[in-house]
Amino acid sequence: MAEFKRIFIVGATSAIAEHCARLWVQKAPVEITLIGRDQARLERVAQDLLVRGPQVRAHAVTADFLSADAIEKIVQDTVGDGAVDLVLIAHGILPDQQACQDDLGACRQALEITAVSPALFAEAFAKRMARAGTGTLGIISSVAGDRGRKSNYVYGAAKGLLTRYAQGMQHRFAGSGVKVVLIKPGPTDTPMTAKFKDQGTKLIPVEVAAAQIVSGMEKGSPVVYVTGIWQIIMLVIRHLPRFIFNKMDL
Amino acid sequence: MALVSSWGRLGHWEHEVLALTDREQAGGQISLRRPGLAYGLGRSYGDVCLNPGGWLWRTAALDRFISFDPNTGILVCEAGVLLRDIQRLFIPRSWMLPVTPGTLLVTVGGAIANDVHGKNHHVRGTFGEYVRRLTLVRTDGEIIECGPDLKADWFAATVGGLGLTGLILTAELQLHPTTGPWIDCETIPYYSLSDFFDLSSASEAGWEYTMSWFDCLRGDSGRGIFFRGNPAEAGTRPEPKTRERAVPLTPPCSLVNRLTLRLFNDLYFNVNKRRNRRGLVHYQPFFYPLDHLQEWNRIYGPRGFFQYQSVVPPEHSREAVQAMLGEISSSGEGSFLAVLKSFGDRPPAGMLSFPRAGVTLALDFPNRGEGTLKLFQRLDAIVAQAGGRLYPAKDARMPPALFRQGYPRLGEFSSYRDPGISSALARRLMES
Repeated sequence: MAEFKRIFIVGATSAIAEHCARLWVQKAPVEITLIGRDQARLERVAQDLLVRGPQVRAHAVTADFLSADAIEKIVQDTVGDGAVDLVLIAHGILPDQQACQDDLGACRQALEITAVSPALFAEAFAKRMARAGTGTLGIISSVAGDRGRKSNYVYGAAKGLLTRYAQGMQHRFAGSGVKVVLIKPGPTDTPMTAKFKDQGTKLIPVEVAAAQIVSGMEKGSPVVYVTGIWQIIMLVIRHLPRFIFNKMDL
Repeated sequence: MALVSSWGRLGHWEHEVLALTDREQAGGQISLRRPGLAYGLGRSYGDVCLNPGGWLWRTAALDRFISFDPNTGILVCEAGVLLRDIQRLFIPRSWMLPVTPGTLLVTVGGAIANDVHGKNHHVRGTFGEYVRRLTLVRTDGEIIECGPDLKADWFAATVGGLGLTGLILTAELQLHPTTGPWIDCETIPYYSLSDFFDLSSASEAGWEYTMSWFDCLRGDSGRGIFFRGNPAEAGTRPEPKTRERAVPLTPPCSLVNRLTLRLFNDLYFNVNKRRNRRGLVHYQPFFYPLDHLQEWNRIYGPRGFFQYQSVVPPEHSREAVQAMLGEISSSGEGSFLAVLKSFGDRPPAGMLSFPRAGVTLALDFPNRGEGTLKLFQRLDAIVAQAGGRLYPAKDARMPPALFRQGYPRLGEFSSYRDPGISSALARRLMES
């Protein structure tokens, strides 16, 4: 019997994560665990994957994403004693910057769900991957985390935290069988970015983003920029001198 | 507000856009955002998928499968699933869509709402004939499950109902068994319209797929290439590699003009004439020749283009098609892709389904303003006189009278409309 690859996705109802899952189930027999906050939506995703993949076992589980204990427990319960092949941590929200400036509660919530929670999930999975000495952990950060900008620095700071986190983990696992892949999609066509689409921003199709993430994780690339152009744009933005940067409306 | 256009790119219009992402929530979302209209991939040529000033409910993310039975070939899915994904996933499992249009970049909901047809209408009819159930959500919150044997009136109104009876949320489709991705295809050049009719009637009994390209610049003395094919027996041969290309930008004027058209038609005819033979062709280039060329609609330039697709009943089809081709060739306008095909005599699945017994002619025309519209008026007169009709999925300008004449069940259809749904086409042709 074919060996089932064990895949875990946190934030599995996010559009990018869902499209990655579709690609994984078509490639090989997989046992996929979908972790999210809404059981019914997770089950609809699982149902879809069961049709798409000829050999799929899918589990849909919910957890409290803001509780360290709950995160530890859900990872323990789902991983058990087995090895992990792939983990993708994909959750986060794109908050309204102005709302975060006006309301510290909203600001805190955005930081917790977009930065703290994914970091805790990453740590919990990393512990088990370190023990097994194998597996690939993908963390979805963002090009917005490369430099803080006035238009979205709450989101950018949260993603920046994940970027540093992933870099640290890469250092920790260097030379081992565990790979940590930092993923930086540019603006991708998902429900999260619908308002940008209306404003005429050119968005990356979600299927394209997913295909690059899946191939980047397969190769174990340290950093996956979803399109090369964003790597260049962010290189420029990161290195702009402050006196120029501060005059720009970004 | 976002600027949205349809495939013909005749203009861009302001819309409020809402992306639907979850089928359980879609009903609540649309009831708050009306008048609206479901918008899939926007591959309709004219204004059937537009609702300027109102809402568009994007369905592209409602693209989840729900179940599939490998023994019966029954597939249940959300309406935003692309026909492309169904073919890609299920042909390797020996099941395929029984009927598809000439592109796979169409959602299941769009295929139902326009009751699309393919190269096998004479054998299998339209897409709607293979829908066993569908779920319709109305903007007042009502959910209607219907099918050919359940609330059949709602079903007949919704299949081919141009998206006006409610939001099509899910569908249960009957797939067709297939032996594999290959088509046993024959390519036959012909030199007159009368040859087309002979080839067409001679091919219908023994060939599942028939269609023909016609040189629209040559009038009735013209020439064409007849394609016919049957599913090939299973064989193990490698899938061809297809490269996706895109038309990178919109040229400042249409690349389709008398000169390029003449050159293209000569080239296309002569290349295919030499192919006068039988061979195996992969289903993708056979059914969907333009799908690997993204954004090909840009070649018609910034003013966009119209498609004019008519069907005329068999008793008048020879004279009517001849007259239309005469008008087109003397106007010097026309398209690279001029398609002639005979429809079979099958009862339509929907009240407003386009296909009916007879011959259908489809051509693209660059938008040259007044001159193009005048040509359409002359073609309209021929279609009307022959008792034919135009295809709303492709239309952007037919007069209401021609629509009413071509679709006698329009009055009956009206009572099934959802008052929270409107479209540019509905306002143009149904006055609401």
